[in-house]
Amino acid sequence: MHEKLDQWQFVMAALVIGVVGTLVLVGWTLWAMQRAEKRRDKAKEK
Amino acid sequence: MHGFANPARFLRMARWLMPLMLVPGLILAFGALAWGLFMVPPDRLMGQTVRILFIHVPSAWLGMAGWSTIAIASLVELVWRHPLAGIAARAAAVPGAAFTAICLATGSIWARPTWGTWWVWDGRLTSFLILLFLYFGYIALANAAQRDAAAGEGASRVTAIFGLVGAVNIPIINRSVIWWNSLHQPPSITAGKSSIDGTFLWPLLIAAIGFTLIFGGVVLARMRMLLADIQTEARLRRKAMA
Repeated sequence: MHEKLDQWQFVMAALVIGVVGTLVLVGWTLWAMQRAEKRRDKAKEK
Repeated sequence: MHGFANPARFLRMARWLMPLMLVPGLILAFGALAWGLFMVPPDRLMGQTVRILFIHVPSAWLGMAGWSTIAIASLVELVWRHPLAGIAARAAAVPGAAFTAICLATGSIWARPTWGTWWVWDGRLTSFLILLFLYFGYIALANAAQRDAAAGEGASRVTAIFGLVGAVNIPIINRSVIWWNSLHQPPSITAGKSSIDGTFLWPLLIAAIGFTLIFGGVVLARMRMLLADIQTEARLRRKAMA
């Protein structure tokens, strides 16, 4: 039985996972880094 | 190498190097994905799905590069007691796990239209799934070692040994398509040789460079985060004891 699939749907799903995953990784890392450095600076001031 | 053992010197370097890796990395990686999406022709056999190559292959490389980084840094930590090596190993775990997960997800999506199934329990896919579980184990162990301050150096050493032992999976992943029958294709790019046409190879190489720069930038940012956490803990502990 031949199954007709729209290949573009698979391409777009894979690219969205890759791009969103990478952006979330970068954004979350930068946010966590800034939060940790602010916490360290606050501890220095106290 | 021991020149960077001083955290203050490392932080000075990381401050300018991190954006220098992240910004060009994002431009190159997403530019190469756009190139692959809009300018590359469909493949004779795989059709339009060949475009998944530009995200799947770099994430596979980085999934394995992440654990290789953990193993090398763990060795340096165990043998030379380099103070930043353990931090570098821990910093590589989350991006390594993220790219391994992206590789598995995009590979599964690619498999459905080309193989007719989302998943097969063959050597390549199974060993890569084991890599993801190894990352989860390493991250949990490293977090527990950091939380349990009383465990101190001993716990950090256990994490480093786990990082080294887990590296046995990397050559298994690499050789799996040669050792066992698989739906997964054999290696297309080996040392100095490539069976991929230049039309696909160039955007793939640029995507790989871009994602590698992103990976490096994320590792540096996570090292800064871990160092800041350690410095905060030390300061608060000193104050509590004063």
